[in-house]
Amino acid sequence: MTSPPHGAPDAAIASVAPAAEAMLPTRARRSGRRWTAVVWGAVGVAAVIALWEVYKFLGPAEGVVLGGSDEAGSGFMILPRTHDRAMPHVWDMGARLFEPTSGGETPALWITVVTAGLVTLGIAAVGWIIGVTVGAVLGAAMQRWQLAEWGLLPWIVLSQTVPLIAFAPVVNAIGNQIDRDVAPWPQWLSVALIASYLAFFPVAVGMLRGLGAPDRIHLDLMRTYAAGYWATLFRLRLPAAVPHLLPALRLAAASAVVGAVVAEVSIGMRGGIGRMLIQLAGQASSDPAAPWGPTFGTIGLGLIAAGSIALLGFSLQNYRRGEETA
Amino acid sequence: MTLREPQESTPPQGSTPPEGSVAHAVRAAGVGKTFPTKEGDVVALTGVELEVAAGEFVSLIGPSGCGKSTLLRLIADLDEASTGTLEIFGKPARTARLDQDYGIAFQQSGLLPWRTVAGNIGLPLELHGSGKAERTARVRELIELVGLTEFADRYPDQLSGGMQQRVAIARALASRPRLLLMDEPFGALDEMTREYLQSELTRIASETGAAVVFVTHSIPEAVFLSDRVVVMSPRPGRITDVLPISLGAARTEHLRESPEFFERVTAVREALHGTPVERANER
Repeated sequence: MTSPPHGAPDAAIASVAPAAEAMLPTRARRSGRRWTAVVWGAVGVAAVIALWEVYKFLGPAEGVVLGGSDEAGSGFMILPRTHDRAMPHVWDMGARLFEPTSGGETPALWITVVTAGLVTLGIAAVGWIIGVTVGAVLGAAMQRWQLAEWGLLPWIVLSQTVPLIAFAPVVNAIGNQIDRDVAPWPQWLSVALIASYLAFFPVAVGMLRGLGAPDRIHLDLMRTYAAGYWATLFRLRLPAAVPHLLPALRLAAASAVVGAVVAEVSIGMRGGIGRMLIQLAGQASSDPAAPWGPTFGTIGLGLIAAGSIALLGFSLQNYRRGEETA
Repeated sequence: MTLREPQESTPPQGSTPPEGSVAHAVRAAGVGKTFPTKEGDVVALTGVELEVAAGEFVSLIGPSGCGKSTLLRLIADLDEASTGTLEIFGKPARTARLDQDYGIAFQQSGLLPWRTVAGNIGLPLELHGSGKAERTARVRELIELVGLTEFADRYPDQLSGGMQQRVAIARALASRPRLLLMDEPFGALDEMTREYLQSELTRIASETGAAVVFVTHSIPEAVFLSDRVVVMSPRPGRITDVLPISLGAARTEHLRESPEFFERVTAVREALHGTPVERANER
């Protein structure tokens, strides 16, 4: 900064501030970086496909087995089989999507995958909402009362060590009991609950950290404004928590999808993509390309979930201004 | 403004205007603050006797650890005094805080990064439920007062440090407080911006007629701004001297070059270093 003359310090100060024009190159650079990211993403996907096909081309059809006898399944397989039943071509997987799901007049596989995917996505979304709500309340309570943090946080961490497949049938059983004795309890609600069990964890922790993030000076200021707990929560703590919450919400979304798929499988709910995955995998020896349909569908669900959070982050970008100073 | 004229007869330990006058912005009697630590109590401040008249500009100056910021935090009711009584406009500090009797600014501007300049200035008004139209008008007025009209919709990260500090001052003035508390608000700024904002502050203070308690460790800054300079000393933090500045109400850039100004600077410096004042007269 050049020292301004005494008469015109105002203009000098204004010139120190980054003008809108001065910020343009940064923005252009940022969008350039985004394109590079897209290109590298595509290269990554292409590399995986290439690796698959190259190994399928070079690897032995029956794989490589160490110390095996004539008995089937003996020995230790160090390289997988490459014949078409074990490793269908990528283009066969693609073509299979447009063939009937189970022969005859049944709709094309991709339609079934999308339909089942939407069912699972809806359940995962309900699970996400339940999880985020519970996580947010727990996080806020822990931030407000030290005692709540001491009492709850160990249990919250411990809860995530319970395997989902052990826990899912219990929820299902309780759900069935409620359905029989108390009130109608559809099976998908059990699936959503199980999904929320995974989703709430990152939100609770992110909320606890995020609400505690405001600087001392901001808290002092709110105190001088005689702002109470709720005013401070909504005007200061929550906005300041956004940079901590967005990664937590993204993690929760991914967990909700995984939770919903696994829960469908473990409690045997029909209609979702998890069940479809298991069903088609069971027929893989006769129709090897088919289970890849719902597999791609599940990947798609994960991308949609993460993408929705990216959109949410975009709409909240004013609350992330501190992050941009790079 | 007549209020800015300091009393000539000010004794070193606080001025003594007529008893029972409600005109006092701040009145501290025997105020002390002790922080308990593991190694025992630390006396941050002891025996503070200070009165700040309405509309008066008083600076607190002293080395770090002298308790000047602590005293300001006590006045703001961000901390509670351990001993003595502290009254803001005749009320306990807590009541004064709840009544929004003061505005405050710190060394960091403390702007909320997700709010625009206008949004930041309007925050205290928003919290106290003033109507939208009224708020917009007041915010526009304040933005004009600190000369940031073109920057109303900018975000703090798009402003220079000096501009951010001006926003913080505007925000402190939002609810028309009669007392302004400032804790080294220009401490992190470069010298040119600093001198400019000092002039601005004297203008704003006289325009609003608010009393100001200003913490600083810059001697020229204290002299330039103040009606009185309160000199403090550490271990334990206490007031050692109160110097009337008597440079009149008009604080222009010209003043910085005047012999009177340097005389006051020398006086404050000697009070700070504990050298007898007679030495200054001999020189």
